[in-house]
Amino acid sequence: MSAVGTAQDVPAPAKPTSSLYMVALLGIVSTFCGLVIVLAYQVTTPAIKSNLAQITRDAVFEILPETGEMAAYGIQPSGDLVKLEGIETDLPRFFVGYDKAGKVAGVVFEAAGRGYADVIRVLYAYAPKREAIVGFKVLDSKETPGLGDQIGKNKAFLANFQALDVTLNADKSALVHGIEAVKNGTKSEPWQIDALSGATVSSKAVGALLNHSTQEMIPLAVRHLAQLEERN
Amino acid sequence: MATPAAENPKANRNTDVFLNGIWKENPVFVQMLGMCPVLAITNSVRNAIAMSLAVLFVLVCSNVLVSLVRKFVAKEVRIAVFILIIATFVTVTDYAVKAISVPIYKAMGPFIALIVVNCIILGRAEAFASKNSVFKSLLDALGMALGFSLALFCLGTVREALGSGTFLGFPLFGDHFQPWVIFVLPSGGFFTLGAWLLVFAWWRERADRKKAREAQSP
Repeated sequence: MSAVGTAQDVPAPAKPTSSLYMVALLGIVSTFCGLVIVLAYQVTTPAIKSNLAQITRDAVFEILPETGEMAAYGIQPSGDLVKLEGIETDLPRFFVGYDKAGKVAGVVFEAAGRGYADVIRVLYAYAPKREAIVGFKVLDSKETPGLGDQIGKNKAFLANFQALDVTLNADKSALVHGIEAVKNGTKSEPWQIDALSGATVSSKAVGALLNHSTQEMIPLAVRHLAQLEERN
Repeated sequence: MATPAAENPKANRNTDVFLNGIWKENPVFVQMLGMCPVLAITNSVRNAIAMSLAVLFVLVCSNVLVSLVRKFVAKEVRIAVFILIIATFVTVTDYAVKAISVPIYKAMGPFIALIVVNCIILGRAEAFASKNSVFKSLLDALGMALGFSLALFCLGTVREALGSGTFLGFPLFGDHFQPWVIFVLPSGGFFTLGAWLLVFAWWRERADRKKAREAQSP
């Protein structure tokens, strides 16, 4: 690699480049680059949006296998629900899965909380008839590979979410027992999560984020169950 | 005003230009450039392939464009121009990967954006494309990108096989294999890179010795 600007490279004393030329050059290159980026953005945006929507949709069908079709609802600041056209919204949202007969099979919520490495984002499915969480999927986590990331893979851990009890109290305003993660092998109640051995922090984080989310979302969904059943 | 378009005398034959990047001047194993994605993205073969394709695209596009404009670019602002060009193609790649597959995009995390500062790309723009014809710059980019891909593939294969017991997601060793988790963690990247460097250095030294022996006894 010959160094640029050494004595041999410049045979005659080079004329200094005019400032105007440099400004114009950078201006032209920047404009061209800007156009390319905007073009790429325009071309790829529809595909990116549909990809993201498809991933969410697939995840909903995955954790609620009996779902035939789904709808998305946004939660307005007043606490009322509004049915969404697609699934995109700026409001907090959740999804409702309907079974073949058109009844509510389950409600799927998004939840997030601080994990060991970074924020853990999950989806979980609530089945109103069974008053339990019946499905769980980690959407996004940066937990330690091989240890903490097992919260999304380990079969024994995921078995916690086949029937995790979230029964509501008599006036349907709160859970009777909050969800909690307990040390590996000590689960004794249906609302407890048996933690992964070697990944206690990640397991506890899942317990805490689910507890936080269910305390708020499940009473809300149950309050509006009639509206969800009528699909409006 | 324009940078002197002097041809690099060492690399004048087209095949040499192409092969240099793959073997003699392999960006990872010989030049030791672009180590950040090499260590970070090679915990699985799939990620390694995705990264290779992203770098291939950016390197080819930026080398060709830099070579096209080399006569107009004043040497005082050439680095700024190269970075602009590279950043543009990296942004395009970023969108394209997200449009093709969100899981791959997520797996690659910030490392697509970091291609901007990958020394291989700016290095080729400065050392080669700004002094050579468009065709030669294209060959150089393809050679360097293939050399980079080769290195990523070497690392990715070993790390995925030992760290997860799979190749491209297919199990290799059956259910009883206990994965060496360390190989998919960052430290495993250093171990694997060290081992591959050892293999390549040994290989090259052997070839050099053989050549020296042949030169001595005609």
